[in-house]
Amino acid sequence: MIQRTRAFALRHGSLLLTIAVFVLTYFVGSQLYPAMQKPQVFFNLFINDASLLLVSIGMTMVILSGGGGIDLSVGGVIALVSTASAALLRSGISPYIVLPLMILLGIALGGLMGWIIQYLKVQPFIATLMGLFFARGMAYIISLTSVTITDEMYKTFALTPIHIPFLKAYIYPTTLVGPIMLLVAIYLSFFTRFGRTIYAMGNNEQSAMLMGLPVARTKIMVYAFSGLCSALGGIVFSMSLLAGYGQFASGMELDSIAAVVIGGTSLSGGIGNVIGTLFGVLIHGTIVSILQFNGTLSSWWTRIGVGLLTLIAIGVQSIFFLRTKRK
Amino acid sequence: MKQTSFFKKLRRSQIFWPLVAWVLILIFDAIVEPGFFRLGIIEDPAYGKHLYGNLVDVFNNGAPLMLVAIGMTLVIATGGVDLSVGAVIAISAAMGAVLINPALGNELITNEILTRNATNTPLPLIVLAGLAAGTVCGLWNGLLVSRVGIQPMVATLILMVAGRGIAQLITNGQIMTIYYTPYFWFGNGYILGLPVSIYIVAGVLLLAWLLVRKTAIGLFIESVGINAKSTYYSGINEKNVKLLAYAFCGFCGAIAGLILSSYVHSADGNNNGLNYELDAILAVVMGGTLMTGGRFSLFASVIGALVIWTFTVTVYSLGVPANALLAAKAVLVLLVILLYSDYSRRLMNRLFERRGSQHDTAN
Amino acid sequence: MNEPIDVVRMLDITKSFPGVVALEDVEFTLRKGEIHALVGENGAGKSTLIKVLTGVEQPDHGTIQLEGQVVQVRSPQHSQELGISTVYQEVNLCTNISVAENIMLGREPRRFGSIHWPKMNEQARNAINRLSIDVDVTQPLGNYSVAIQQMVAITRALEILSAKVLILDEPTSSLDIHETNLLFDVMRKLKNESIGIIFITHFLDQVYQIADRITVLRNGKLVGTYEASSLSRVELVAKMLGRSLTELDAIARVKSHEKDTEEKQQLVEAKGLGLAGSLEPVDLELYANDVLGVAGLLGSGRTEMAGLVFGIDAPDSGSLVVEGEKVSKFSPLESLKRGIALCPEDRKAEGIVGDLTVRENIILALQARYGWLKFLSPQRQNEIADRYIELLGIVTPSAEQLVRNLSGGNQQKVILARWLATNPKVLILDEPTRGVDVGAKTEIQKLVMELAEEGKSCVFISSELEEVVRVSDRVAVLRDRKKVAEYAGDVDDKTLIQAMAGEA
Repeated sequence: MIQRTRAFALRHGSLLLTIAVFVLTYFVGSQLYPAMQKPQVFFNLFINDASLLLVSIGMTMVILSGGGGIDLSVGGVIALVSTASAALLRSGISPYIVLPLMILLGIALGGLMGWIIQYLKVQPFIATLMGLFFARGMAYIISLTSVTITDEMYKTFALTPIHIPFLKAYIYPTTLVGPIMLLVAIYLSFFTRFGRTIYAMGNNEQSAMLMGLPVARTKIMVYAFSGLCSALGGIVFSMSLLAGYGQFASGMELDSIAAVVIGGTSLSGGIGNVIGTLFGVLIHGTIVSILQFNGTLSSWWTRIGVGLLTLIAIGVQSIFFLRTKRK
Repeated sequence: MKQTSFFKKLRRSQIFWPLVAWVLILIFDAIVEPGFFRLGIIEDPAYGKHLYGNLVDVFNNGAPLMLVAIGMTLVIATGGVDLSVGAVIAISAAMGAVLINPALGNELITNEILTRNATNTPLPLIVLAGLAAGTVCGLWNGLLVSRVGIQPMVATLILMVAGRGIAQLITNGQIMTIYYTPYFWFGNGYILGLPVSIYIVAGVLLLAWLLVRKTAIGLFIESVGINAKSTYYSGINEKNVKLLAYAFCGFCGAIAGLILSSYVHSADGNNNGLNYELDAILAVVMGGTLMTGGRFSLFASVIGALVIWTFTVTVYSLGVPANALLAAKAVLVLLVILLYSDYSRRLMNRLFERRGSQHDTAN
Repeated sequence: MNEPIDVVRMLDITKSFPGVVALEDVEFTLRKGEIHALVGENGAGKSTLIKVLTGVEQPDHGTIQLEGQVVQVRSPQHSQELGISTVYQEVNLCTNISVAENIMLGREPRRFGSIHWPKMNEQARNAINRLSIDVDVTQPLGNYSVAIQQMVAITRALEILSAKVLILDEPTSSLDIHETNLLFDVMRKLKNESIGIIFITHFLDQVYQIADRITVLRNGKLVGTYEASSLSRVELVAKMLGRSLTELDAIARVKSHEKDTEEKQQLVEAKGLGLAGSLEPVDLELYANDVLGVAGLLGSGRTEMAGLVFGIDAPDSGSLVVEGEKVSKFSPLESLKRGIALCPEDRKAEGIVGDLTVRENIILALQARYGWLKFLSPQRQNEIADRYIELLGIVTPSAEQLVRNLSGGNQQKVILARWLATNPKVLILDEPTRGVDVGAKTEIQKLVMELAEEGKSCVFISSELEEVVRVSDRVAVLRDRKKVAEYAGDVDDKTLIQAMAGEA
């Protein structure tokens, strides 16, 4: 019995820890600020961090694939997608064309970076940082200033509240995109060869290759997937703000990496999952909420808080990792 | 062997290609915009007579990047990387601003303070504090990498994230304006007509050169980067070599922060030194030092930094809208990556003889 | 009894690489349901032969037959399709995914496009049961010991398209006795299922425990294929080293010195020095004016012993006393300061710093002793470099040549020069003449003897018995990570081989 619980704890310990931290933080916040006890506050986490969640899902898969895998272009892609869609919508193109086009753009950009990483053997950090520069650069070229979106479909999506039954709370259609992608990512991670190859690669790329798994193809696809998530994040972002702007999502890549790490995914690959990332994002949102309710502390405390949590998470992971290695 | 001409030595040394790149950009400028090279002498009420022109700007504004590139070179030569340099710049700038400004915490900045033009702490102490802060950051990184054994990219990522928060903490979240004129001298002053920052860069370069070429440290760094195991077997403490490299990088970052904050008269935890890490890595790569470590050339990295900065100034002075700079830079990065990739290196090695160890010309 | 059927037949296999002939007219056959051991020292050609069989390399000449049919093995993938499976020494699996996935991934059962976990687990369980090991296939592979991981690797290898041939490349290197027996049970089971197994190992005890036949390679050539039951251990070792028993009867004397060991100054004393998993506790004494030869087959613990004395690893048992002082801190730098030097076995990974010049490589250790600040002046460096280039006869266009461009023998000399420059009292040389041309070999041997005359203590580790015997005053023999014998004065090859083989 003890053996079983111990094995269970070791295997899922990281995730449980993350969930515990989230619950704890939320609890502390709601005790300090009774206003936080309203159910809407919880749903606001999903509303406000919709893009962060999407982007972090893609980031998780990339980091899981190992080999120093990381995607620094996410913020830039959001900016690019927002300005490009705003510009296209403004010139009268239907959103039913714009939306798929943006998704294709994200996939293409991601796939290109993946290709550069796999075949030109450039370090993911450098390749995706270049992607960031390029994407944000293009966004600025399209428009230096913010472009408003007045399209009806966008407005509907952005402003129609969906009421939650039994609770006095609501969310928006755009809020649902994140959780849906989360389910997709869970399916991919645990029920497809694509996902299992990602985990295998993250642990030992050489072994995965010798086992006959399609490593090269998977690597390109995982970056394309991240590009897809970033594109969706950009769509959601531009819908929520009904605008496109080159300065959007500045620094979101760091918040995303932090959320992924806090969620228990190891930066060296092979360990972790998107469920942990969900809670990493929720923790991020909770910290922001607490600060908002406090009202006096400025927002940069978020950065320190997040940075500290990331450090602790990496530290905990190292200890975990060293423990298992010594076996 | 003794007959090799100066040109042959130059062509074989590590600074050749970055120098060529820089010259190419300058030639491009000369053709497209001759006015680029115009130099004049101007009389400044605060700083006296000094040189003035695009070229001067290139060196003056490029000084922080050159400094960071010097530090980054040593880190990359040991086979690592330091992503936190931007954050170190911010921290050093913040320290300077805070030590000068008497208005700590939520104290209101009164008109009196604005015009007082005084400092809470003597200037030398401020400089020392900033340098110490940067070096401590570097030691932190170095310890994580050499003792705890965390991958350099991961280890320095921590400070990259948290560092800006720390900078904000120091300045209490505000963008602090600096009101102490002597402090401005670092970024805006002139000695003998040339910007002070050039002298600082030259000084640091000299110090670094003495450190790595007049002691065994340079040899040890290269050895560690090429083959850490053989180096260890030869009796060298490769952990301490790495520690030193990261500490020095932090030190350089601190000086860069000093100059930057002096130049813009403020400390901004969010924006100081933003994206400097990529530019620095790019400068080092352009200078011919491999990202896997080994042979390095401080001078070549400085020229690499010059290339990047001259490129930036060229783009601006051509009237290209500022919004296109980022995209153009991305293309530059791509070109460098392609040119210096394994494939091209082998090609170039076959075209030219393999590089010897001519340190004398390199630096 | 049925005629033994050959499942694999390799004939006249020849393979060369630039500068070296790896295999020359080698013939190898594997029968159905047999365990066939493939043995040979370093450079014998074992791994090349296997690479040819598994399609990693293409032979220059020769044919491969599989169950009577001539085949061209185009790639490792293709070899798997043909039914040849290989399990390597490093377990090439992923420890973060489950055992079942490690076995089935790549051929996992699916339902509506997604992985059918219950079915996959069931199939994995069946596969594992074939080997009679008790494992929970849903647990991550990393939860199990290396031995079990290896079994899983074997299971995977077998599951792929009904394997006919299983190649095990040094499978027992990381296993203890219990785990090795587990592996052998599995192998016997597979043998009963008519699978042909090629077992590559350097542990001779194990060869006799499990193998039906033994093939010996030496320097790329086939020495012979023998029934295990009719080849004695001594004969096996002799064949691996290239001796015939009659040759051994001619006695080669170890050269005797005027001084006896008792009159020599003791420099190093190791008592019970050992490290779990690398070396059983050994006693060792090193004297000035003395050459201690160390003989033993690959894997006998020679390099590990050298590493402990030099401080690369810290021992977990016993003590090391250098010139009367007990050593408490183990590191190369400490040893360097005490006057102990080591020329490592793996030149490329542990010796040369390839992209540095000859001069820089030579002065490296000396500089390490001087420290960071006292940098040797360019004149001094050139002086030292030139001196040793001449002394050791290092062939190089100049001292500024990059070491990686030198030939193997000259690289070895550079490393030797590096340590000689530190003027050590004790010089440990691990396989100093491996991959070195004949002329340089003799030079190095002569040098070692001269150094001993001058007062140094030399430890000469080598797989080539004749040079060990020629150069040494005393010879220690290691086998299976233990020191089994030490001889002084007259000793002949035969005695040494018997000690190495395990027959007193």
